Amino acid sequence: MKWLNRLAFSFQRANNKLNSNRLQKKIVISAAFVSGFCIMAIEMLGARIMSPYFGGSLSVWGSVLTVFMLALSCGYLIGGRLSEGQPDIKTFAFFFMAAALASLPIVFFADGIMRPIFMAIEDPRYGSLTASVFLFFMPTTILGMISPYSIRLLVEHEDHSGKMAGQLFFVSTFGSALGTLGTAFYFVLWFDVNKILLGTIIALLFVGIIIFTFDIAARRSR
Amino acid sequence: MKQILILFCGLALLTPLYAKTIHEERSIYRDITVTERLGRRCLLFNVHRGDRNQTCIFTDGSSRLVFDYTKMSFAGLLLKPDPERILIAGLGGGTIPLVLSELFPGASIDVIEIDESVARVAEDFFSFEETDLMRVHINDARMFIKRAALKEEKYDYIVLDAFSGDYIPEHMLTQEFLEEVKQVLTPDGVVVANTFSTSRFYDHESVTYQRVFGELYNFKLPTSGNRIILTQLKSLPKLELMTDRAAQLAPKLDKYGIPFLRYPGKVSSQVDWDMSRRVLTDQYSPSNLLRDN
Repeated sequence: MKWLNRLAFSFQRANNKLNSNRLQKKIVISAAFVSGFCIMAIEMLGARIMSPYFGGSLSVWGSVLTVFMLALSCGYLIGGRLSEGQPDIKTFAFFFMAAALASLPIVFFADGIMRPIFMAIEDPRYGSLTASVFLFFMPTTILGMISPYSIRLLVEHEDHSGKMAGQLFFVSTFGSALGTLGTAFYFVLWFDVNKILLGTIIALLFVGIIIFTFDIAARRSR
Repeated sequence: MKQILILFCGLALLTPLYAKTIHEERSIYRDITVTERLGRRCLLFNVHRGDRNQTCIFTDGSSRLVFDYTKMSFAGLLLKPDPERILIAGLGGGTIPLVLSELFPGASIDVIEIDESVARVAEDFFSFEETDLMRVHINDARMFIKRAALKEEKYDYIVLDAFSGDYIPEHMLTQEFLEEVKQVLTPDGVVVANTFSTSRFYDHESVTYQRVFGELYNFKLPTSGNRIILTQLKSLPKLELMTDRAAQLAPKLDKYGIPFLRYPGKVSSQVDWDMSRRVLTDQYSPSNLLRDN
């Protein structure tokens, strides 16, 4: 944990030099990029993860996309609600860590989750839909909370709220584009599916820790 | 004037070379085209991308098979000459199941096809017909086989022919999938896999089959870009046994234009692939990317 301390210290120094708000902005924007990247990396692998049980038919893709969209929409709603009043950067850090933890079952219990569903439901459409819910709904909902919450953290006055929202959508959706491309074109060629998933989990966890340390540093320098 | 006349005559002569499209449809998986040209009726997938023919039949009513790779798939009979329960993944124009049902009228045949439209086209244009013993299941072959394994069903002749010209269903070329195939195979049954013989992908595929089945027979002909993998759970038959079986079956296969007597000599157990290539698994199966490399 020595390095964390050192990180906190360097944040503190940077805080003193820079305006703390500007640093926070940079961190929030970068974090949104990572979350966008991870959402799509996991989504790209969704159909692949389910194909051993539910096949490669169009309905499997349909299930993955449906559940991701549904989870994101719920996440936006909840994230927006949570950002009301006094938003807390610690809560923001917590989203990333929670999303990382909620993604762990995709790596470690995928077979255990899909096998009983495969046995219980004959129709691959409803089988894959149910499996997607159990595998992807939780982590994606949490990842969905990040966008509205980041906007709340970025916006200081209503004049620039649209600009900030635009900037955030740009960064997170650009991250999504890269996450999709990277996974579909290259990562699957270089790594096991589980290694790619673990990579995204570690990235989320890492971002969570960085935000957390930043928060500690910001409190210290105040 | 003379030039125009020559042009016209030329065009008139060329006309029979042009394929006439007799059916076109877009299914959820692909564009399906049926064409007729030079006495052949062919089923094509995704013509616009320049895909190869899936299946062709002669329109003169002859039973002869058109393509070498279709004929080659019957080499499975060298390993299992008297199949009773047949499983075919990938219907196409339905030629392989049709011929097997004629050869073995008592055998039950389960054909798995993911695309409902393909099944309809096979019936409408390629005189394929379901019977009490020959059934088409609209399903993903991996799911079908997994369920068959759960029900402890067994097949003694399994044809894996689900790869179309330009796309490999990646979940059907993994170690785990082949383990599932193994579970539904009888001890003396045979697995016949019709695949490509191109580049890096060839090595990965061979290594994967080898990991699951141990020994394999590789069947290639210089006239075809395809190759057939033949394997079974018990040790593979010797050349003499295959030659005997070929001699017995050849008269029956003659009508389909299958040069069966030549096949035993072309089947090889030699390892001609790079053994250091990575085994394809559910975790690592970028087959389509590997094919292009």
